[in-house]
Amino acid sequence: MIENSTSNALVELKDLNVKFVSREATVSAVNNVSLTLKAGEVLCIIGESGSGKSVSMRALMRLLPERRTKITGEISVAGKNVLELQGKELSDLRGGTVSMIFQEPMTALDPVYRVGDQIAEAVCRHEGCDREMGLERALELLELVKVPSAERRLKAYPHELSGGLRQRVMIAMALSCRPKLLLADEPTTALDATVQIQVLILLRKLQREMGMGMIFVTHDLGVAAEIADRVAVMYAGRIVETGTVQEVLGDPRHPYTRGMLASTVHGNMRGKDIEAIPGNPPDLRRLPTGCSFAPRCKDVTASCSEALPPEVFMGGGRMSRCLLASAPPDEPKSMAPAI
Amino acid sequence: MVSASSVEPQALADMQSGPALKVRGYWASVAYRLRYDYLTLFFGGMVILVILSAIFAPLLAPMDPYQSSMINRLKPIGYKDFLLGTDELGRDLLSRLLYGGRISLTMGVLPVVIATLVGGTLGVIAGFVGGKVNMAIMRIMDVFYAFPSILLAVAISGAMGGGIVNGMVSLTLIFIPPLCRVAETATSQVRSLDFVEAARASGAGTFSIISVHILGNVLGPILIYSSSLVSVSILIASGLSFLGLGVTPPEPDWGLMLNTLRQAIYINPVICALPGVAILITSISFNLVSDGLRSAMDVRL
Repeated sequence: MIENSTSNALVELKDLNVKFVSREATVSAVNNVSLTLKAGEVLCIIGESGSGKSVSMRALMRLLPERRTKITGEISVAGKNVLELQGKELSDLRGGTVSMIFQEPMTALDPVYRVGDQIAEAVCRHEGCDREMGLERALELLELVKVPSAERRLKAYPHELSGGLRQRVMIAMALSCRPKLLLADEPTTALDATVQIQVLILLRKLQREMGMGMIFVTHDLGVAAEIADRVAVMYAGRIVETGTVQEVLGDPRHPYTRGMLASTVHGNMRGKDIEAIPGNPPDLRRLPTGCSFAPRCKDVTASCSEALPPEVFMGGGRMSRCLLASAPPDEPKSMAPAI
Repeated sequence: MVSASSVEPQALADMQSGPALKVRGYWASVAYRLRYDYLTLFFGGMVILVILSAIFAPLLAPMDPYQSSMINRLKPIGYKDFLLGTDELGRDLLSRLLYGGRISLTMGVLPVVIATLVGGTLGVIAGFVGGKVNMAIMRIMDVFYAFPSILLAVAISGAMGGGIVNGMVSLTLIFIPPLCRVAETATSQVRSLDFVEAARASGAGTFSIISVHILGNVLGPILIYSSSLVSVSILIASGLSFLGLGVTPPEPDWGLMLNTLRQAIYINPVICALPGVAILITSISFNLVSDGLRSAMDVRL
């Protein structure tokens, strides 16, 4: 991570902390997250609900409500310090340099406008063209994302399209201004399995063709295996393990990653119960002083809850925040899904 | 796995589009949906008729609406030249109804239009900004809400004195709070939806989010509500005139006519009912038309 961070990195997060402040409590949603993303790379952030994946993404675009959120640390995207951008610069960043695909294609499109007009609006906002040119570009984009009979779909309202088509329209909108970085917040979760794989393949293809960097948030390990170059596993607002997709999913060095892999369906398991991780994630209002996974960990030791385990680097950008990272207890390694 | 991306896109397009499916423009599809909605069409015709008859009252009215005649008082429908009879001062009722429509419609429409602009703006601001601004605006509206609307209208125009202008001011004031509340509710529902965040994520500023995405979704409910207020406004305006606070005699106004003819209810009940019938027809027509337009204009139905 930090050791191979270079100045030409597309995204650089350093010690990012996001806290939601309300009268009753302060929720530490993201704690000391550092990561880098090179141009043209796909990073998958994996984690369960409430682990801070989506919040980190929204912090990247400063989409969180300013009044109730405290963001500290450094965020730089394409050489710009995101936390210091104001007014026009910020809206140029949003949609121009970075754009985002949302989870629910049902609600992320405005129901009262035709999809063509919505894409045209996004195009014209950044390129300052008229409606005709915007619609032409919208048609090109719909063809790019392989929407069948694109010309007719331009004039369709969102409710007239299926979930998969709507998500394609969302992708077209996100690509409208040729962003350098695409943030995808569980874009396939709301789709059914066959459509999911189509959208994934499409995203991967477009990402390669356009040379974009992409941060892909998911809780589905299969999706991560399909699309990612590198993987970051988040737990309770911290990155607990990073590395290439083969390393992390093939040879997990953090007990949480191992637990997640064990709780998926894989070969030779018919009739056997799936192994679940016992317990619940910690309360983000009162994080434990030590390792936040310690209460649920199978391999817990006495020193685990004394202090936060340091980041253990294992070369090649591989990191695990576990005291036992370099010498994991013997586990059958056949649990990893074939990649 | 077989994915759609492996099929030629053009072939797929031909497969799915089928024989030329027509895509209509927005207004064309509204017109198409209205075509078989006979109820809305009929009452739409009535609204147009009422408005036209008010505009062209001087041309249509057979007699002078102020010309009284002591011998021809309270004559029944069809007496001599008086098509709808005469009132308690022997004035031609048809002419007075036509002229009365001008004042009644003005008092029905104008306060609602102004209240929609003011209340709608305040409500959208309150709903979108939220927090303290919302608190300030909505609590002020609640103060107005605490009084029954007719009582409030009577109190305001009573304090400012009678007359058409003061009547309209008081009507405007009583319609602002409900419109503001409708706008605020609709806005705060829309504000938290994903597409607003998506618009912000694609670089839209606050102004363009409000003017495109918020208004596009909120304008429908606000306009539907305000069009239903037109009939309420006509009724309350009539009520004010009835109490002597709105229009002053001898101006013809439906509410005022109802008031003055009330004393003759035992002599010629049919004549007394006519201004009421005019109010009824107008308000029913406005109500049903706004209802029909709502369902025809909603793209989601």
